[in-house]
Amino acid sequence: MAKKSNKRISFQEWVEQNVWGLVLATALVVSVGGIVEIVPLFYLDNTFEDDVFPEYEELQGVRPYTALELAGRDIYQREGCYLCHSQMVRPFRDEKDRYGHYSLAVESKYDHPFQWGSKRTGPDLARVGGKYSDAWHIQHLRDPRSVVPESVMPRYPWLDKSTIDGEGMVKRLKAMKVLGVPYSDEEILGAAEFVEGKTEMDALVAYLQVLGTMIQFEPGRDYRE
Amino acid sequence: MQAKQQYNFEVVKWFAYMACVYLVAGTGMGVFIASQLAWPDLNFDNPYISFGRLRPLHTNTVIFAFGGSTLMATAFYVVQRTSGVRLWSDKLAWFTFWGWNLIILGAIITLPLGLTQSKEYAELEWPLDILIAVVWIAYMFNFIMTLSIRKVSHIYVANWFFLAMMIMITYLHVVNSLSIPVSMWKSYSIFSGVQDAMIQWWWGHNAVGFFLTAGFLGIMYYFVPKQANRPVYSYRLSVIHFWALVFGYVWLGAHHLQYTALPDWTGSLGAAISLAMIIPSWGGALNGMFTLSGAWDKLRTDYILRFLIVSLAFYAMSTFEGPVMASKTVNALSHYTDWTIGHVHSGALGWVAMVSVGALYHMVERMWGTTMYSVKLVNLHFWMATIGTAIYITAMWVSGIMQGLMWRAYDEYGNLAYTFVESVAQMHPYYAMRAIGGLIFFLGAVIMLFNVTVTIRRAIAKPSAEMATAANI
Repeated sequence: MAKKSNKRISFQEWVEQNVWGLVLATALVVSVGGIVEIVPLFYLDNTFEDDVFPEYEELQGVRPYTALELAGRDIYQREGCYLCHSQMVRPFRDEKDRYGHYSLAVESKYDHPFQWGSKRTGPDLARVGGKYSDAWHIQHLRDPRSVVPESVMPRYPWLDKSTIDGEGMVKRLKAMKVLGVPYSDEEILGAAEFVEGKTEMDALVAYLQVLGTMIQFEPGRDYRE
Repeated sequence: MQAKQQYNFEVVKWFAYMACVYLVAGTGMGVFIASQLAWPDLNFDNPYISFGRLRPLHTNTVIFAFGGSTLMATAFYVVQRTSGVRLWSDKLAWFTFWGWNLIILGAIITLPLGLTQSKEYAELEWPLDILIAVVWIAYMFNFIMTLSIRKVSHIYVANWFFLAMMIMITYLHVVNSLSIPVSMWKSYSIFSGVQDAMIQWWWGHNAVGFFLTAGFLGIMYYFVPKQANRPVYSYRLSVIHFWALVFGYVWLGAHHLQYTALPDWTGSLGAAISLAMIIPSWGGALNGMFTLSGAWDKLRTDYILRFLIVSLAFYAMSTFEGPVMASKTVNALSHYTDWTIGHVHSGALGWVAMVSVGALYHMVERMWGTTMYSVKLVNLHFWMATIGTAIYITAMWVSGIMQGLMWRAYDEYGNLAYTFVESVAQMHPYYAMRAIGGLIFFLGAVIMLFNVTVTIRRAIAKPSAEMATAANI
């Protein structure tokens, strides 16, 4: 409400005549939803399961990716795998039977950015680690229809042709450390040697094989309240 | 000549024409990647055109190249017309035009190379993100300053929506793109896991809610009354529509993350507000449609008006579908399936593209002081767009619901009834059908580009006497 004036004008009337007032009012109104939904996720202590259940030791199993796995993860992003494969198992009976234990927040705490995905043109990959052999994955990435005839996935023959840039991985691990991922100095300095001579195929398979395997779930334990 | 001095329509003309070009490019790309899903050999074992790299290029081209050019054309057009003044700065307007097109060029080069931040609809790497922020703020600042020098006392409702869109996109783009560069074309999001997911979908759903809705509602509030030659149905409704929409939309992102590792309170809150959003959404759609009260007969003869009104029908339909899909029970089935893709396209093709097309035809006629070269082709385009969209979304409804049901089906022994790949095999006819629907829509866009190009060439070759007067209307 405008204070002085004999003709009382409404707030709406005022913002329609005052562009900066409209800018400010709109900026405030659009801020509310984001603040209420996002900010608490950073400080509430029930966002991560290991804060809720510090006594469950298996939750401490989540570790940063090795240099080779991280290189594979970068390739996973480069090729847009996340557009067709989710990495988020929901707590439903059919998803448990098909993919395994439902995903926990703590499992992606080192994922900059997250790879939960939004679409399953192909199956969920959150727990694909260890389900197939390395040889199967290599064959499947080179020619998916040679192992799964109905598949609509593209072939990735170029992954065999490039090797991982070791110095680039040192930089990437360093950047991750800046973001709070607890890499040791040895891991960072040893990154170049660790990926020496590895192909992009090796890296991507290493990443796929670690997905969903860091926590050894205790049967019968419920991790969500 | 006099008109030229009063308004800057040059920059609007360029944006409008590029919007027509990008509609063809973006939908053409869509048809190609849709075909790749039906016939995977179309990936040709070539990294630069494989599905995973082209899909972000498709979404970026339709949202930012086509949608962005349309928003910049219409916002600059509407703000001048409704304020009675020329754009505050011509230089800034041209900077916006060239900057925006440079960003699009950057996207066309970097995305096929696999340079991506892998956050949906925010894939572009950090140098382009910075450029987007700069160009966007130039666009917004010019718009606000033009409003501040307006010659009329009240700011017209269409401008509120444009303004809200500009402010919110600034917030979203800056926060969601925060990342730490590793090299020129590689960076990591500063957020991780659950927080990154929430921020991404706060962006993701508001790219829809503000970029693709609030901005296009601005288009509706100017172009529907103008084309129908009637005042907006209800001023009071538009005030409620505006504040409810800009307050409520922001909350919806969380409904993309139900049943995930995101804490349950956040997802449920997103779902609850999503349900409530049906009220402002339908209020707005009805406000647009009822603007035709007493002039419904115009729909028989005015094809441009048809685009505008059918777009509102699609808007009403997809804003009903959205809250349904956000409810937890339906979401459990629909999430991760093609239903989501169908929902997006009933909004993107049926609402955003149709309302844009109506506004673009309207502006082409006004700015070049002429009538469309072929009204028959406008009508043909209308039917191709409508039928193409209908085929597309029907295919995705069927395939999406089928996927959802197959994934959760059990046989009598308590085992999963289908393997995943059996559901993939079942999708083939629907993927083919979707590609055909998209193809029809795309061919309609090609016809539009042809019609607009010929119209402009003829107007330039033979400047009519009406031109000077028409521009003053």
